[in-house]
Order: sequence, then C-alpha cells, then structure tokens
Amino acid sequence: MTPASPATAAPAASSSPRIFGLAALLLAVCALPFLVSSYHTFQLTLVLVYAIALLGLNILTGYNGQISLGHGAFYAVGAYVAAILMDKFGVPYWLTVPVAGVVCLAAGFLFGLPALRLEGLYLALATFGLGVSMPQLLKDKHLEHWTGGVQGIVIIKPDPPFGLPINQDQWLYYFTLAVLLVMFTLGWNLLRGRVGRSLIAIRDQPVAAEAMGVNNALYKSLAFGVSAMYTGVAGALGAIAVQFVAPDSFNIFLSITFLIGIVIGGLASIPGAIYGAIFIQFVPNIADEISKAAPWAIYGVFMIGFMYVMPVGVAGAIRIFWARFKRKTGGGGHQSG
Amino acid sequence: MAALLQVSRLHAAYGPTQVLHGIDFVLEEGSITALLGANGAGKTTTLRALCAMVKTSGEIRFGGARIDGRATEDIVRLGIAHVPDGRGTFVNLSTEENLRLGAYVRKDRRQVEQDFERVYAYFPRLKERRHQQAGTLSGGEQQMLAVSRALMLRPRLLLLDEPSFGLAPLIVREIFGIMRAINQSEKVSILLVEQNAAMALDLADHAYLIETGRVVLSGSAHEIKQNDAVRRSYLGY
Amino acid sequence: MDAFLNQVFAGLATGGIYASVALALVMIYQATHHVNFAQGEMAMFSTYIAWAMINAGMPYWPAFFLTVAIAFILGVLVERIIVRPVEKAPVLSVVVVFIGLLVIFNSLAGWIYTYTIKVFPSPFPKEPVHLGSHLFSSHQLGAVSVTLIVLALLYVFFRFTPLGLAMRAAAQNPDSSRLVGIRVGWMLALGWGLAGAIGAIAGMMVAPVVYLDPNMMSGILLYAFAAALVGGVDSPGGAVFGGFLVGVLENVLGAYVIGNELKLAFALVLIVSVLVVRPSGLFGKIHVIRV
Repeated sequence: MTPASPATAAPAASSSPRIFGLAALLLAVCALPFLVSSYHTFQLTLVLVYAIALLGLNILTGYNGQISLGHGAFYAVGAYVAAILMDKFGVPYWLTVPVAGVVCLAAGFLFGLPALRLEGLYLALATFGLGVSMPQLLKDKHLEHWTGGVQGIVIIKPDPPFGLPINQDQWLYYFTLAVLLVMFTLGWNLLRGRVGRSLIAIRDQPVAAEAMGVNNALYKSLAFGVSAMYTGVAGALGAIAVQFVAPDSFNIFLSITFLIGIVIGGLASIPGAIYGAIFIQFVPNIADEISKAAPWAIYGVFMIGFMYVMPVGVAGAIRIFWARFKRKTGGGGHQSG
Repeated sequence: MAALLQVSRLHAAYGPTQVLHGIDFVLEEGSITALLGANGAGKTTTLRALCAMVKTSGEIRFGGARIDGRATEDIVRLGIAHVPDGRGTFVNLSTEENLRLGAYVRKDRRQVEQDFERVYAYFPRLKERRHQQAGTLSGGEQQMLAVSRALMLRPRLLLLDEPSFGLAPLIVREIFGIMRAINQSEKVSILLVEQNAAMALDLADHAYLIETGRVVLSGSAHEIKQNDAVRRSYLGY
Repeated sequence: MDAFLNQVFAGLATGGIYASVALALVMIYQATHHVNFAQGEMAMFSTYIAWAMINAGMPYWPAFFLTVAIAFILGVLVERIIVRPVEKAPVLSVVVVFIGLLVIFNSLAGWIYTYTIKVFPSPFPKEPVHLGSHLFSSHQLGAVSVTLIVLALLYVFFRFTPLGLAMRAAAQNPDSSRLVGIRVGWMLALGWGLAGAIGAIAGMMVAPVVYLDPNMMSGILLYAFAAALVGGVDSPGGAVFGGFLVGVLENVLGAYVIGNELKLAFALVLIVSVLVVRPSGLFGKIHVIRV
C-alpha cells in the first residue's frame, strides 16, 4: 500500500473548471441546512467535525507515517477544554475553539517528543495505551471538580449571532463549516509545499530525509502537534454541537473510529478526510437498525477488506478512476493518479 | 556415472533484474563439481535457484525428475542440503539444536543419533561446544556447524555456497579435506560455489566458469586449471 | 504486613493472567514482528464460547478443554485466512487489519451474546484456603496454579520437542528453516493457535473475577502490553516475568499509592517509559539498525 504523494493528492487549483467546480460545491454545501431537517443538519455538522479530526489524524499518520491509535484522546482534550471554559469560566463558545486548538497543539507536541523514539509498531502500542486509558483519566477523582467526573458536563447550545433568521442547528452548521474551510485551506497550503514533502520524505525514507537536511525530530514533533491541534479543534466543535461531554464517549473505540475514517477515506488525502467523515457518521446510523453491535462488525470487515482490496481508500480509488476516465476520453491537461 | 543434477536454460531474476541468462550444467553422481566466477557472476543465485529461493524459469532435474517449481521445503525432502552463504546458522539456538534441525525431515530416530556421532567424529570441536549458543562460535566453527547440519540430512547432494568466505586458509583446508572424505566415503555429491578458484579446483572433479549469468567454460578441474585465460584471470599466474 | 502480603499475592494472581497474555503476544511478535492487537478480544470471545457451553449444561472442565481446542483452531484459521495475505504489507496495513480483527471479535461477542454482564463460574471452591496463618482466595490460588502449569507445559514443549524446536527456528530464521525442510507458514499458524489457546485460558481464569462482558479484556491487554515490553518483547521468559511484576506493581501501587481508578494510566506510563528509556526491556535484545 503506497499512499499518494502531494503531487497527485492536491490537484492544481489554478485551472478554472476546477475553481468553478469547487465554488458550485461550496454553494451546494451552504444550501444544505435549508433543504433538510434540523436533525439532519446536526448530523451534517458532525460530518464536518469528523472531517477536521480526520484531517488531523491524516497529517500524522497518512502524510507522516506515524501511527496513532489514540487520537480520541486529543479529541477529548479539545472537547473538555471547550466544555470547561464555557461551563466554569463563561467563555463564549467561539473563543473556546482556538483555545482548544492551542492547548492540543502543545499537548500533541509534548506527546510527540517521547514519541520520536518510537517506530511504527511501538508508537501504535503507546498511542493505543493513551486511547485505552483516557476515560479513566477523565474520571479521576482529583480532576472531578473540573471535569464533572462520570456525569460529565452539559453545555448550553449557542444562539445565532446578530439576530440572524436561522435556527441554532443551522448556525452551528455554518460556524463549523467556516472553521473547516479555514483549517482545510491551512492544511492544504501546508501539505502541498515544502512541509508536506518533508513529512512524506520522513515517512518513506527517514534516513535519506535526514541526510538531505530535513530536521526529522522537529518535523515529527510538529506533525504530532499540528495533528493534535486539528483533532482538538474538532473536539471542541463536536462538544458544542452535541452539547455534552462525558468520559465514556472518549474511549478507545473513538480512536479506532478515526483510524477507520482515514483508512476508508484515503490516507495522505485531503478530500479523503471528508469521505471518511461521511462514512463514520452515517454507517452507524444505518447499521444500528440491524443491531447495536452491527456497525462495529461492519467497520471491522471494511477495515480488513479495504487493506486487501482498496488500500488507497475512497479518495485514491476516485483519483485512479478519474485518471482512467480522462485517458479514455482523451482529456488533456493535468494527469493525476 | 549418471547425472544426478541436470540444469538447462536456467534463468533467474531478482524482481526486474535478470541475473541468470540461461545456465546449463550437469553434475555427475558422486562427483564434486565447482561453479567458479567473480563476484556477482551469478554463482550464489544458481544455488538459490536450485532450492527455489528465487524466481526461476528453465529446467532443473534431480535424479531424473523435475524439481523446478517445487517449494524449498519439498526439495529438501528429496535429499538436497544447502549450506547458504553466510552459513545460515540459527544463532540463538545451541550447536546441538542446530544439528538436530538438520535432521528435521528424517524419520529414522536411531540413525539420527548415530549421525550425531559421525558428525562429531569429523568435527570434534563441535562436540566440545555442543551446548554452546551457535552465534558465539568462531567463523570456522560456524562453517563446520553449517556443513554438519547439512550432513545431518543424509543428503544425496550437498550445495556449498562460498564455504571459504572469511576463513583462514588453514581452516579452509581442514574443511575441504573433510569434504573430500565425505564425498568418497559417504558418496555425497557436492556442488561447490567458490570465489577462491585455486582451492576449489584442488577439491573438485569438474568445474564450470560462470560470467554475468552464463556458463562460459566447462571441463574437468585439471583442464580448467591449465586453461590460460582462467589462470590469468582467476588463479593469478 | 498481612494486608501487604495479600496485595502481593493478589498481584501474582492477576500477574499470571498478564503473563499468559503477554506470552501469547510475544510468541506472535517473535515470529512475525507484529503485535496482535486483537489478542485480548480473541481471548474474550473464546471465554464466551466456554460460557455458552457451560450455560447449556456442559460440566466445567470438559467445556474448558473444548474451548481451549476451539481457541487453538480459531487462532490457526485467523492466521491462515486473514493475516497471511498481509504478512509482507507495510506496518500500517497490518496494524489496521489487527484493529479490524479486534473490532470484529468485540462486536461479534456483543451481537451474539448481548452486552449484559454475565457470571462466569470458577472451577475452584468458594471457601478460602489457609496457608499457615494467611487466608487466600481459592480462585486466586487456582488461577496461579493453572497459569504456572500452562507455562511449564509450554516451556517443555518448546525446549524438548522437535516441533517446539522447529517453531523456535522458524520464528528466528525463516530462510534457514526452509532449508532444513520446516514448513514455515504452518509453524506460524501453529504459533497463532497456541497464542489463541493461551489467551482463552487467561480469559477463563479472569472472567470469574471481573465478570464476562465484551470489554473485559481491553484493560488486561494493555497490562499485557506493558508486561511484554517490560520483560523484553522478544523474550518469552521476560514476558512471563514482566507479567508477574506488572501484576504485583499494579496491585501494590493501586492499594497504597495511586488508587484504583488510575490503574490503566499506570499501564500507559509504564509503556511509554519502557519504550523511551529501555525499549528492549529487561531481558530482550537490543536492536541496532545499521544506516
């Protein structure tokens, strides 16, 4: 399985049909909350939240090759930072998001430092430990005053500002969408340039990268920090959308859900984060009809199946399909895949 | 003498790189045959091809039956023992455990115990170190161990890959002497791959010279030794 | 002093469980350099199978041994069918497959047996045992004994039987193993089978204490990871020692220092510390990567 390099992952946006296509997509996305029910809008908001989290994990695991089985922990930190700031300190919801981001940036960077010494499997082990032990940490008696212990914290749903004529769910959708656009643009710029290439070089040929002057230690720690920042921002947004944080929602299965998301969506791919988010938000909804356990059985089968059949994920498959389609129709211009 | 091993049009590749471009040779039963050539000529690849450790095309016949396309583990059961370059010692196991593994496919328990004694008779140093961890043996002792492990199979054909590598000439002479004894008393045929052409030609009955994946010269050891080109390029005089 | 000894002994009892699971992990790691993240869930699933049999009326020990056999076969099947195709794939692919297995076994257990907690019987008497002036739980004594018997049997198997020798050889040096005729693929499958069987025994020993539910083993798996790392991830003896050590530490520290709630965090700290300070553990080999 060889995830794509940025040259094929981020298509050149300078071509006008591309810009037109993206603009049309954006328009459609903005129109959605008026076309569907409040509950569906809420679900779509969660898709956006997960997409940000998945981009975070993808930066670390897809682009930089550091396996994390514990990203649910950073999501939890972001969520709790937002909840505690709002509940205990009355901080406005929109301010908690960047604060959560900064806190997780620091936390991720700090965790990334000892992680520097861990390769592949061992890092997976250590992050697995982080993911498994997180709920216990959140329930700790010493922190109960802040975290609310087992009961967690309830958050009040924010109202749309400036008296806009939309409901709360719709506002939250646009708010989250705005944050997503900022984060994704930031990420796109970061990943298609020198930073992205360095991350990939470290993933594929760490010794050669170091020999060519890339500061492996710095980039790897930064990748951890930035990745945690994205996931922490998502956590904050998620907490605001769900209006509730409790320790048991942030267990190892959340981390595994994120892993599934990037595997299905496509490693080292920005659109992959969105495909993956759609998958992890809607599959449980559909599968829940069958049984409480069914979504996870499906997840497991998909995870394994994708490793055999479609290791490049949905994004990769689309890319390959699109390239074949273009070749068949004699399309010129940018050849991708 | 019948041909024990017949190799025709043998090609082999490592991924996209072709290494053997059509090797043909024959090994007579009971003989010691040497494959000579410089580094990278394809000698080791030929031995690995015989044991299906590399992708091949062409024909390999052992005792008349084709063995190309069969798995390594099955080829071993036909009586071919391969001493790979680098010895292939199980470094974390004891000397005795290494030897016991050599007889893994055999079902005749009592004879296996007798073979331990035979092998220790050839190489008394191994007996002294029977319980020692194999990785702590000296280079020469590990080579003796590797050959002994192959002998524990009671093979019809012994493949030796660069047995002299990294060893002092005195040790090599000792090992080669034992090889001759084994060949004569136990009728084990030997296919020997060697960079050290002089020592190989002293031991072997026949020899083939391989250059860049092809056989370029063949004949009795005596003939090859006299060959001018060989003398100049490989024997140094 | 009495209370302390009890904590130590309780730690040895749970330590035996950790040692067993750690041993299973190390067996697979030695042969493949992969960590079976699904080891805990496979053990849990096997324990459910035992529960179903006992629930249907089968007496304990026949169910026990039948479960061990089923768990063995399950391990072999998982290796041959699911793991073999990705044997040579990059680390991330393999990790994803193992996590997928974890998830499947976990959800299958929940699906078939529901998530309600179940009582799992102990084959040992309910009355505590007097040893000298100390009182010990019969189950704890029994579990430690079973663990020690299993470990002894394994030791004898690997040390003194031809098959055990072949498995050790195949794990250390697959190429040379082929050259002596060992079918390396099947040795691998056997290793997985043994690991599955050991896991099942561990599961059945721990279930009476923590009650049977699909998430029973995730904490134990984490401790087993810590134990395997502390002992040295390529040293079976180290894994066993690590298991008992971690068990005792967990109980003693849990009782006197950090409290019961943070025990998992303790495992995490242990894992990270070992990996950072001495990745080869107490008894493992130090790997040098030549550049």
